Amino acid sequence: MVTINLAETSLRELNQQLHRIDPGANDRDFIVLNPRGAHAVAVGVDAPVNIEIKGSVGYYCAGMNKQASIVVDGSAGPGVAENMMSGRVLVRGDASQYAGATGRGGLLVIEGNASSRCGISMKGIDIVVKGNIGHMSAFMAQSGSLVVLGDAGDALGDSIYEAKLFVRGSVKSLGADCVEKEMRPEHVELLSGLLARAGISDIRPQEFRRYGSARTLYNFNIDNADAY
Amino acid sequence: MTYHNPPTTPRKSATFDDYTLSEIRRAAVTGIYDIRGAGAKRKLPHFDDLLFLGASISRYPLEGYRERCATDVVLGTRYAKKPIELKIPITIAGMSFGSLSAQAKEALGRGATLAGTSTTTGDGGMTQEERGHSEKLVYQYLPSRYGMNPDDLRRADAIEIVVGQGAKPGGGGMLLGQKISDRVAEMRTLPKGIDQRSACRHPDWTGPDDLEIKILEIREITDWEKPIYVKVGGARPYYDVALAVKAGADVVVVDGMQGGTAATQEVFIENVGQPTLACIRPAVQALQDLDMHRKVQLIVSGGIRSGADVAKALALGADAVSIGTAALVAIGDNDPMWEEEYRKLNTTAGAYDDWHEGRDPAGITTQDPELAARLDPIRAGRRLANYLKVMTLEAQTIARACGKNHLHNLEPEDLCALTIEAAAMARVPLAGTNWIPGQTPL
Repeated sequence: MVTINLAETSLRELNQQLHRIDPGANDRDFIVLNPRGAHAVAVGVDAPVNIEIKGSVGYYCAGMNKQASIVVDGSAGPGVAENMMSGRVLVRGDASQYAGATGRGGLLVIEGNASSRCGISMKGIDIVVKGNIGHMSAFMAQSGSLVVLGDAGDALGDSIYEAKLFVRGSVKSLGADCVEKEMRPEHVELLSGLLARAGISDIRPQEFRRYGSARTLYNFNIDNADAY
Repeated sequence: MTYHNPPTTPRKSATFDDYTLSEIRRAAVTGIYDIRGAGAKRKLPHFDDLLFLGASISRYPLEGYRERCATDVVLGTRYAKKPIELKIPITIAGMSFGSLSAQAKEALGRGATLAGTSTTTGDGGMTQEERGHSEKLVYQYLPSRYGMNPDDLRRADAIEIVVGQGAKPGGGGMLLGQKISDRVAEMRTLPKGIDQRSACRHPDWTGPDDLEIKILEIREITDWEKPIYVKVGGARPYYDVALAVKAGADVVVVDGMQGGTAATQEVFIENVGQPTLACIRPAVQALQDLDMHRKVQLIVSGGIRSGADVAKALALGADAVSIGTAALVAIGDNDPMWEEEYRKLNTTAGAYDDWHEGRDPAGITTQDPELAARLDPIRAGRRLANYLKVMTLEAQTIARACGKNHLHNLEPEDLCALTIEAAAMARVPLAGTNWIPGQTPL
């Protein structure tokens, strides 16, 4: 176990240490103390390590993460796990806007609420939010899944491509080209797997409704001008 | 006696000219606004409206073929541990794989490397062809984040955060479905054959304060090694450059409205932004006001065609220029050798701009494997290198005539303007006068 105290160690030293992990090193577990809302904590990690951040973080925590399992034992500022490639990021508190933006892989779990633009332009990441999400979430979402146990705000999935959205609570409004879709057995199976990966065992997939693209805006057509 | 009305010559409207009439008819029939590539085609105040004042008695020229005139430039000296060192101050602008064929991207990499300069990725991400053949490669971090990958970020020599481009400040892009091959679809994480909308803004930041933190994140990921460029479309150059500097940019790229694009609305290309000539002095002014001129480097792009354009941009205060459309022409775009095929596409060599349709006879702006195979990347790379070297020689020739032993020693005092408009925009005197409109009394 390696402990890094950001009250004594600079952000640069922390990230440098995480970037220089020897593939054969025995120390695979890191504790980060006193993040105190710092931005860019544990960004660009590319190693199968466990990092626990004891406190709340600012912008872009775990940005572009690969392989690592990162836990934020607090809340996360904007852009947590942005463009994540693989691995797992868990936020025990709330997350601010753009959580998991443009993420390409891995799993982001938010135990509290997420703000607006959650999963914006997501490209393969899976996101599970136990609370609510704000407006414009999954805007232009390309692929991956967004699971929301609470409610979704306005314009969910606006201009969505192939991402799959599952919401257990209410949806204030759907964005352009986003429609409710049938929950077929393969979606129940997919959702079951996602809930299990997020450590959720007391909620059934059948409690969710599925949303996705109507695919009417996939190729430009002047007859759809009202939608633009 | 009978009087006959004499025949009159038919007169067409200057407002409703032939092109305008054809556009109205096309819109009425198809219901689609014109989408095209390239930059503004309308006549704009440009570098042609400036002239150099070669040395006579009051200034002392350098010997053309004997005395050295240096051309090197270092980009990213503000924060980056590894600034980019280039032999010439002419770089290749970002153009995406997807918009361009793999052969074209390889040719750009080969040509830039031969000439000692950098090339730049684009919306489609980084290809092996491009990385493999580019000694210096700038990786664009775009709003769409298509192909964004931290491994590629680390493999780059610099990172360019694209906020806007000259052809469409504030606008996104549209790569129509017909150009989406299997490879392009895979790189962009989208199904084959559907339109690829490139966002007009970054999804995970909303203003200059966010940009500052975004730059911090990218620097942390890349261990503060790579220069961070910020590219803006030339619309409000003073304020955008100042904010880019505040956000921590090592290099600012200002792309004027003659700057090209892969595909966007004609109405946007021709009606949004400011001419490149008008963008340079406000951008330089912002750097000077912040005491950052030459500390944060300025790259100017948008319609740069010749060594004279290069020398003029540098004289007005830029550290380097970037070329896109001209580089495509150098490797064979719109070449008259394909005239017969251009005719079949209802156009002519020199006017072909439907790059989004993927039917480029020259094999450059296409993903059709048969068309793309027409472009020999080695030969095309050589052509680009020749062109870059000629531009450099031209700029050196002018600089020597102005008595400068480095292109960066060119200055506004070496210039005068042919028109009042150009004099006002470039802030140099109207030829034959000491009058700089808006700066000095008439």
